[in-house]
Amino acid sequence: MGSSTEHGLNCVICGVGGQGNVLASRLIAQVLLDRNEHVKTAETIGMAQRGGSVTSHVRGGRPNSPLVPQHTADALIAFEPAEAVRCIDLVRDGGTVIVNTAALQPPTAALAGSDYDGSEALAYLEELQTAGDLHVVFVDGDEICRALGNPKVLNVVLLASAVKAEALGISREELEEAIRAQVKPEFHDLNLQAVAQVFA
Amino acid sequence: MPVKLLMGNEALGLGAIHAGVNFVSGYPGTPSTEVLETVAKNNDGSIHVEWSTNEKAALEAAAGASYAGARSLVTMKQVGLNVASDPLMTLAYIGVEGGLVLVVADDPGPISSQTEQDTRNFAQFAKVPVLDPSSPGEAYGMIQDAFEISERHHCPVIVRPTTRVSHACGTVKTRGGTSDCEPDGGFEHPEISDTDEYWNTARPVPGGFVKDTQRWVVFPRTSYLNHLKVEERRPVLAAEFDSYQANRIELSNPGDAKATQAYADALHKLRASDASATFPYGLVCGGISYQYALEACEMLGCALPVFKVSTPYPFPEGLACDFLDAVSDVLVVEELDPVIERELFFLCGQHGLQHGIHGKLDGTFSAAGEQSTEAVVAALTQLGIASEDAAPVPPKRPEPPELPVRPPVLCAGCPHRGSFYAVKKATKGRKAVYCGDIGCYTLGNAQPLDMVDTCLCMGADITVAQGIETVDPDAVCFSFIGDSTFFASGITGIINAVYNHHDIIVCVLDNSTTAMTGHQPHPGTGRTMMGVDGAAMSIPAIVEAIGVTSCTTVDALDLDAACAAVSDALGQSGVRVIIFKSPCIAVSKPQHPPVTIDTDVCTGCHSCIREIGCPAIVERVGQVAIDEGQCYGCELCVQVCPMDAIVGGGDDG
Repeated sequence: MGSSTEHGLNCVICGVGGQGNVLASRLIAQVLLDRNEHVKTAETIGMAQRGGSVTSHVRGGRPNSPLVPQHTADALIAFEPAEAVRCIDLVRDGGTVIVNTAALQPPTAALAGSDYDGSEALAYLEELQTAGDLHVVFVDGDEICRALGNPKVLNVVLLASAVKAEALGISREELEEAIRAQVKPEFHDLNLQAVAQVFA
Repeated sequence: MPVKLLMGNEALGLGAIHAGVNFVSGYPGTPSTEVLETVAKNNDGSIHVEWSTNEKAALEAAAGASYAGARSLVTMKQVGLNVASDPLMTLAYIGVEGGLVLVVADDPGPISSQTEQDTRNFAQFAKVPVLDPSSPGEAYGMIQDAFEISERHHCPVIVRPTTRVSHACGTVKTRGGTSDCEPDGGFEHPEISDTDEYWNTARPVPGGFVKDTQRWVVFPRTSYLNHLKVEERRPVLAAEFDSYQANRIELSNPGDAKATQAYADALHKLRASDASATFPYGLVCGGISYQYALEACEMLGCALPVFKVSTPYPFPEGLACDFLDAVSDVLVVEELDPVIERELFFLCGQHGLQHGIHGKLDGTFSAAGEQSTEAVVAALTQLGIASEDAAPVPPKRPEPPELPVRPPVLCAGCPHRGSFYAVKKATKGRKAVYCGDIGCYTLGNAQPLDMVDTCLCMGADITVAQGIETVDPDAVCFSFIGDSTFFASGITGIINAVYNHHDIIVCVLDNSTTAMTGHQPHPGTGRTMMGVDGAAMSIPAIVEAIGVTSCTTVDALDLDAACAAVSDALGQSGVRVIIFKSPCIAVSKPQHPPVTIDTDVCTGCHSCIREIGCPAIVERVGQVAIDEGQCYGCELCVQVCPMDAIVGGGDDG
C-alpha cells in the first residue's frame, strides 16, 4: 500500500555523521508542528555520529512509530550519493529523492584503493528516475555551499531543494519561518541566504 | 506555543522537574544522556544536578538524598546499571524515603553499546518495579507516576526507555494552549505545564535525615526481614498495576468500519469481564514495540485486541488473565529479551491454560536486534492473522550497486589519532598488546590504525592489560583510557597495578571532555552541572599519589615528542603513565587552517592514507587530496608525509 501525504508526511534524511541532518529533521518537524499536526521524529545519536551512516525520520499526520516503515517515505533527502542508495528501500513508489551529488569517501574506501566518487550510486538513481519509479533531484550541494562560503549550511541547502521540488508539501515561507524559530539568531541570515540561493 | 516537540529524554527530564525532583545524579551514556542535561538546562537553582564520577557513585548519592527525604533521580544507560548494581540490589531491601527513580535507557540493536541487556530483567532480579514508556509523551507522565509509586511503596522504581523512545521526538500539548491537536486518549499527548507557570510553584522541601539504624543499616537479620517484605510487595504492586492506566486492553487501529464495530462490541464485553467474547488472536506488547504493533495493524488493516504492558515487573497478572480468557492465541511483540512472553507462559502454566504463544521463544521474532514495524507485518501475515494481500508490496527495482561500508571513524583532527599513531610507530617491530576502552577512542580499532586489541567495559583497559602481561610476559602491554573514563573507573585499576607490581604502560587520552556522549564536564575539567567552575583535578597528581614514578605529559599532535615519550616508557619497567593531552576538536577552535597538498611534490605514495586513515584525506581521480570541509588543520599528516608534500597552513610547514 504505502502511505502517502494524505496520512501525513513521511520523510527520511540520511547522510554521514557530522553533516548536520538532525537540524534538517527538526526544521521539517517545526513546520508540521506549526500546522498543529502530530509529529514524531527519530534521529541517530551516538557512535554513528562520528562519520558513520546516519538517518533521521520525520513523520507527520498521526503516526504510531517514530520510524518510517519501508517503502512508505514520500521524500528522501540524502546528503551523500551512497547513503541515498543505502536508504532507497524506505522510499515509496513515486516518492522523491533529493540527493547531494558530492560524495564523501570513507577512509576505509580510500585505504582499499577504491576511488569511490559516488558516480555509480548517482547512475543507479538516474536509472530509477528513467524507469519512472522515483523523482530524483540532483543537487550540487557543495558548489552552493562554496558560493555561500560555509559548508555547514548544506543541510538547509538540501532541505530548501526539497521544498523547491515540492517533495514535502511545505512552502518556502514555512521553511523560512521554521529557520527563524529553530536556528540561533546569529545564523538566521546565512540560512535564509541558503534558501534564497536555492530558489534563485 | 500550545504544542511542543519534545525528545523522549527531554520529556523525562521535564517530567521529573514537574514531579518536584530535588536531587539528580547520573553518568553520561547513550541513549540516556539528555535526561539529566534537560533538568540542568531548566534548573532554577533549586535542584541539585550532578554528573557523578560513575553510576555507582550516582545511585549511592541519590540514595542518601532520598534517605533525607528528597525526590531523587538517577540516570544512566543499561550497562551503567551493571556498575550501579551493588547499591541497587541492597537499596531494594533497605527502601527509600523520598521517591527515588532510576532512568535506565536500553539500547536495542545495539546502536551505541557493548550489550543488548534488558533492564526489565534487572528489575525482576532486584525485585523493583519497572515502567516501560512507549513514546515521549507517555514517558513524561510515567516518570511522574514512578515518583508516586516509589514513595507509596518505599522502594526504588526504574523507568526504562529504549533508544526509539529516548531519542525520538513527539508532540505534547502545553497547558493553557488552544490547539486543534487532540490528545490520544489523554495519555499519548499529555498536557504539560509551561515552564514559567511551573517554576512559580515552590519545590517541596525534604524533611532531612532521620536516624533509624533498624531502617538504614543493612545487617543479615534485617535483610531476612526485608526480604520477606520485598516478596510481600510484589503481589501488592502487581494488583495495583492491574488498574494502572498505562496497562490496558484496547483495540488496535481500526481497519474497516464493520470489523471495527464487531471487535469494539466484543471488547466491550471483555472489559465487562464477560469471558464469552473470544478472539482467535491477540497482541501483547510493551514499550516502543506497542507503536510498531499498532503501525503494522494499521498497514494491514486488521483490528486486534491489544494488551499493552507498561509494567513488565511486577507483571499485571489479573489483567493478563482477563486478556488470556478472551483470546485463543497471542503474538508477543517486544524488544530485547522475551520478558513479557515468559510471564505469559508462566501464567498459562499456573492456570493450566492451553494458549499458543508466539514471539521470540518460538522464533517468530529474532532474539537479537531492534524490533520493527516490518517484522510485525511479517509475523502477522506468516501466522495467518492478517491476509498477505494486505501486506505492502515492495516496489520492483533493479539491484543497487555495491556501496562502500561506512563505519564510524575518529573525526578529522581528532587528537586520539596522533596518540595511537605515536604508540604504533614507537612499538614497531615489538610484540605489543593494545588494550582499549569505552569512548570515542574505541574507534582506534579501525584500519589503518588497528590499535585496539581488546575492549571489555569501562576501565578494563588498565586491568585486562595486567592479566595479559602476567601470562604473556614477552608482550609489552598498553592501556588506552580517556580522561572521563579514567575518573569513572580507571583509578582503581592503576592502584591494582602499582600494588601488585604489574608491568604496563597506561596511555591517558586526555581531550578535556566526555566526547562520545556529547561533551559533558568531569572532575578533570572542574566544571559542574550547577555552573560552578571548580579546581580541575590533576591526572598526573593522582597517579603520582598512587605511587607511579614514571608519568609524562605530551601533546598528542606533536608526533616526535609523543613517539619519544613512548620510547622512553618502553625503556622502563613497572607502571608507566603517558598523558596525551590535546582538546577534542568539537569543543575547541582550529589552531590552523586546512592543510594543502603540493601536487608537484606528492609522489602518490599514499603513506598518509595508509598510515593514519584521516577522513579528510581522500582519493580524487588517482590523486591524494584534502577535503577542505573536513580538515581541521591538526597537521598530523604534515608530520607523517615522507616527501613533505603536505603543507600546513599555520606557517611554512
